[in-house]
Amino acid sequence: MPLQNQGVQKRLLRMKVNGRWREDAVAENELLVDFLRDIAGLTGVKIGCDGGECGACTVLVDDQAVPACITLAVRCEGRSVETIEGLVAHGRPNRLQFAFHEKLGTQCGFCTPGMIMAAEALLRRNPNPGDQDIRAALSGNLCRCTGYVKIIESVKAATEISR
Amino acid sequence: MTPSTGNGMAKRPGVPLIDGIEKVTGRARYTADLEHADALAGRIFRSPVSHGQIARLDVSKARALEGVVCVITGDDCPHTYGVLPVAMNEYPLARQRVRYRGEPVAAVAAVDAHTAERALDLIEFEVHDLPGYYTSAEARAPGATLLHEDRPGNLEREVHHQFGNLPAGFAAADLVREETISCAEVNHAQIEPHASLAEYDPLTGRLTVQSVSQVIYYLHLMLARCLEMDTSRIRIVKPFVGGGFGARVEVLNFEIITALLARAAGGRVITRLTREECFLTHRARPQTDIRLKLGMQRDGRLTACECEVVQRGGAYAGYGIVTILYAGALLQGIYDIPAIKYDGYRVYANLPPCGAMRGHGAVDTRHAFECLLDRMARELKLDPFSVRRANLLHAPTRTPNDLMVNSYGLADCLERVERASRWIDRVGRLQHGKGLGMACSHYVSGAAKPIHWTGEPHAVVNLRLDFDGCVTALTGAADIGQGSSTVVAIAVAETLGISLERVRVVAADTAITPKDNGAYSSRITFMVGNAAIDAARALKRILINAAASKLEARPEDIECVGEAFQIGAGSQSGLPFAEVVKTALVDRGPITVAGTFTCPPEAQGGKHRGGAVGSTMGFSYAALVVEVTVDEATGLISVDKVWTALDCGHAINPMAVEGQIEGSVWMGMGQALSEETRYVDGLPAHASLLEYRVPTIAESPPIEVHIVESHDPNGPFGAKEASEGALAGFAPALVNAVANAIGIDVNDLPVTPDRVMEALIERRRRERLGEVRRAAS
Repeated sequence: MPLQNQGVQKRLLRMKVNGRWREDAVAENELLVDFLRDIAGLTGVKIGCDGGECGACTVLVDDQAVPACITLAVRCEGRSVETIEGLVAHGRPNRLQFAFHEKLGTQCGFCTPGMIMAAEALLRRNPNPGDQDIRAALSGNLCRCTGYVKIIESVKAATEISR
Repeated sequence: MTPSTGNGMAKRPGVPLIDGIEKVTGRARYTADLEHADALAGRIFRSPVSHGQIARLDVSKARALEGVVCVITGDDCPHTYGVLPVAMNEYPLARQRVRYRGEPVAAVAAVDAHTAERALDLIEFEVHDLPGYYTSAEARAPGATLLHEDRPGNLEREVHHQFGNLPAGFAAADLVREETISCAEVNHAQIEPHASLAEYDPLTGRLTVQSVSQVIYYLHLMLARCLEMDTSRIRIVKPFVGGGFGARVEVLNFEIITALLARAAGGRVITRLTREECFLTHRARPQTDIRLKLGMQRDGRLTACECEVVQRGGAYAGYGIVTILYAGALLQGIYDIPAIKYDGYRVYANLPPCGAMRGHGAVDTRHAFECLLDRMARELKLDPFSVRRANLLHAPTRTPNDLMVNSYGLADCLERVERASRWIDRVGRLQHGKGLGMACSHYVSGAAKPIHWTGEPHAVVNLRLDFDGCVTALTGAADIGQGSSTVVAIAVAETLGISLERVRVVAADTAITPKDNGAYSSRITFMVGNAAIDAARALKRILINAAASKLEARPEDIECVGEAFQIGAGSQSGLPFAEVVKTALVDRGPITVAGTFTCPPEAQGGKHRGGAVGSTMGFSYAALVVEVTVDEATGLISVDKVWTALDCGHAINPMAVEGQIEGSVWMGMGQALSEETRYVDGLPAHASLLEYRVPTIAESPPIEVHIVESHDPNGPFGAKEASEGALAGFAPALVNAVANAIGIDVNDLPVTPDRVMEALIERRRRERLGEVRRAAS
């Protein structure tokens, strides 16, 4: 437990993480990203900036894409949080993960988890997004490798897989 | 994989990255993701002033804080580090003097990050202020205080090169024009922040470092130097690395600091830099002033080129000497220019040190060149394409500065983008505010002379084959997302004729993999690819011999069909791969072979001072067309579409080649439109991804990629680089498109709405003045 959280009020936080309920004593000032990485061990959630700049930490909270680095863990009490790790079922990547792999929507891979989670939120609310929908949904996620061309192709390819 | 389609677009789709599944599932572990629950947190105390003599540095209160395990300062490392043996003028932690705001001065390892940060607040630091210089002109002014006593005029390096008869060249010109262009400093902004995890075992005296490096062997050697350790006690392992673009092609201060902390603490330390600290660490493309003069005949033929470049290099040497040499050397190698004069000045200033960034050294001068070329073509009423065509090289040839050009697909690149963009039908016929612009660029496929000149081969790959029938390729090359490990796997599988799934790549671990110079200058595909082919051929010879003895045939009669070995092409019964492996192992046990590649001396550039920089076995070539819409009310430029063609010799993995081209073109767009580091009295005003404006997906255009395959005679399967060559063409193509759209030539990068508005206002002012004058006369 980091010293910075000593003396800070802790709460029992009940949260569904990747489909499983868990209970943890969490400081009120603990960020969701630190909770997920350091306590839940989900290092697929990345930190790329000093807060709310890059989208690498994007996770789903009740199906909504949320930057975990500017969200308090305790705000997710009773809610369902999903990370990139949770999209894998029985060792099989989901359609977006598969498409990002097949279509080279990932290069260095560091923005990829956040990018896929933002795209996952999009596909859950709009199964057939057009280019502009994809651009709007991913506009908070920076990628420095791809120029976004193959990211858009990957998201589109994923919608084909679901059909 | 089917064979190449000749000089056409690659028809092979290519393969996904061999480590792609780890990335998309979140399993890939980057440095900050490595298990470090028991590690101490490292934090760096940085200079709050731009320039000063250190008067007092007291870390005793920090040391006394509960939870602090150790505090180190410049006293703990009396050794300089740096990339060039002739220019190591930087200490991991400042000694006596600080030269930029944010320079590391001390470092703390504590039980957690919060404690380490509190300890930083307890460090007492006083300096005698020295004058700070934030522009090249200030630093070069007579009487300026020297940042480094041995560098008069605050010049890190002056370059004066001249090739051909310059006066005769300009005398032969029908048109001579000169432009002065300034390009802002930009940053790599790779999405993974810097991090380093070091472990020191005081009992064995061994140090293991995992870090975000593109050059793990340089890191290994530099740690041995700075920590005064025997190289045999050090191991560097590269985890997944989240992008580089040059940010990590030199050893960085925090890497050495983390190792020093680990040794001082006698344990494990992890240092994770904030995004702000990543900007302070910098090492990217310098602010550059270019004065360029070209001579041209009426038909568009270039007769002479005179170029002066001033780079504001920051406070320390870094790669600076190489950058200023590249800026001149790569004026050549793309067009036939009979006479060239280059004067380069690399200047020290009190700012974070610059370094190498994608398109190292070549980007800003190419920008100036392609802009001026277009403007002169316009004046001579020549089409931008024909002016480039008038100056093409003919391979094989050597440039006046003695660079080899062995393959040259620029003419095809021009053809492709001209056709794809329907240039001839559309240019000049778009509605007002819309425009087309084009430009060309090129880049090296690996520097032919390594920076660490040891006489060793320039690349080595080991292949292991054991009882399991898996071919393991061991390479020191650093895959940083560009797909280099996948290229190695393909090269091995193709050469051996085995399935890609049979090949495993183990990369970048100095305890296991053969030494490699690293991921820089786009060298891996060309050099490591060739070494991989060489190793696979050696392994194939062993397997063929084994098959021959088993089949009681002569080795020259053995044919490989897929993974089966048989006598003659039409033979029915072949030996399966597993059988051949078994036979081969009987003879010699587990097999390890080495393949190497070395650029021959004649490829290593001219004999003039600095002549090695720019030399390569193969240049990639690119042509781009950019279509823009300019809003004259706001100055906002939207890029509607980009067409690009790149000659990569042969696309070993076409999908990855496309990805590299798209990414590099787009990175050029960022520099062209919005990216700029800014300092206020040495304090970065841009040190976040909100202030430093990397383009988002919302403003990024479709990029149509055409792959041109010129089949380089020396490249692996004919391949050359694909990651950097297309970048430098974007900014000039954009500026040329803006001129086409609204008739305004913008000179400085980035072309922000402010700059466009300034130019528009200036034009209106001039038009009004003209009207007034006309009215008066």
